[in-house]
Amino acid sequence: MAKIHVTTTINGAPTEFLCDANQTLLDVLRDTLGLTGSKEGCGSGDCGACSVTVNGRLVCSCLVLAPETEGAKVETIEGMADGERLHPLQKKFVEMAALQCGICTPGFLVASKALLDRNPNPSETEVRFWLAGNLCRCTGYDKIVSAVMEVAAEMRETVR
Amino acid sequence: MTEIQYKVAKNIKDACILMAAADGKGRILAGGTDLLVQMKAGTQAPGTIIDVKKIPEMVTIAKTKGGFRIGAATPAAVIGEHEELRKTWPGVVEAINLIGSKQIQGRASPGGNLCNASPAADSVPALVAAGATVNIQGPGGKRQVPVEQFCTGPGRTSLQKGEIVVSLSLPARPKGSSDAYLRLIPRTEMDIAVVGCGVSLTMKGDTVVAARVGLGAVAPTVLLVEDAAKALVGSQLEDEALEAAAKACSAACRPIDDKRGTIRYRTKIAGVLLKRAAAIARDRANGISHTAH
Repeated sequence: MAKIHVTTTINGAPTEFLCDANQTLLDVLRDTLGLTGSKEGCGSGDCGACSVTVNGRLVCSCLVLAPETEGAKVETIEGMADGERLHPLQKKFVEMAALQCGICTPGFLVASKALLDRNPNPSETEVRFWLAGNLCRCTGYDKIVSAVMEVAAEMRETVR
Repeated sequence: MTEIQYKVAKNIKDACILMAAADGKGRILAGGTDLLVQMKAGTQAPGTIIDVKKIPEMVTIAKTKGGFRIGAATPAAVIGEHEELRKTWPGVVEAINLIGSKQIQGRASPGGNLCNASPAADSVPALVAAGATVNIQGPGGKRQVPVEQFCTGPGRTSLQKGEIVVSLSLPARPKGSSDAYLRLIPRTEMDIAVVGCGVSLTMKGDTVVAARVGLGAVAPTVLLVEDAAKALVGSQLEDEALEAAAKACSAACRPIDDKRGTIRYRTKIAGVLLKRAAAIARDRANGISHTAH
């Protein structure tokens, strides 16, 4: 089967891969590139566990075809920490126990970062609506929402 | 078995040629939020996937003679960020922005929502109320269709072999005009409409001088309810006029009974949503803003 050659940038690193026409970005990330932080929950865009950004836009990588990322900039959970230094959202999720089993966590972190990049001062309602595409069956969401609100407040302090 | 192909169309003509070459097995890839799910479920098995997102006209919003032209594959998130469009057509934008989560919004497009041809498509009743036109191109050239005539049944459209939807045109807006879209779902968001209702009004003082009403999820296709519009025009949206328009909406309903709602419930709700959406459209025409949340 003739493969498609794709040249893209993943977490800042120029990356090339071969894929099939109907292979999803999620499958390539996990199975071809070994970036297994993005999870497959539903595979139909309902749960958000596979959230990544493509050209800065938050999407479900299970609903993006891998060949579509030709020339694009993809950011995954693996690109969030700076080496050993965790992103403030990652730190806060740990501190405030905003996770239990952890399967949904990469998706929540990527989605939360996409929110704070756009809106450094979200209301609780805005956080809840923004994260409505990420499902968590453990936490009940409150700790996740509190963690995001807290990080937003801290990051605003730092900027000031 | 011939293997599935992925092609990037460079321009609209190229997309039409690829569609024709695929001989009925071509599928346009806009946001893919329906297509990929249907491929995984096995209900769609395209021979060629034709990605149209590299065609500028299909992913941008342009101003045209007082109106707007929205590329069929423009992501909902991009539409929601277009301030002038939001100001002029708040109902159309809120309907498009109701589709799915933020992740889905990053990909899903109004052209895809239309071509998926669900009777419950959220953007369509608002586009019908807005008087939108569908711009189509194919082997036979270009043609335009009023949006309410585009779908012919659940999952079926009036597109001919090799034709694609290029964009949607919204007409010029007279002063004192606005619109609104409301849908009923049992959840707070991210659900399929039990009933959806779009209303577009033009006001002169307190009087309605022009109106259009679109109703979704109450018939095999989204309906343009002319009798409801007639009941509103000339009125000041008094209780009697709203009641008559609501009755016209209920009378137009030919819904199904399913797990989301019964025939009786949908028929009643159609009228209720009409009244509420009309009130919001009037407020907006008077400069009073309403936000979804």
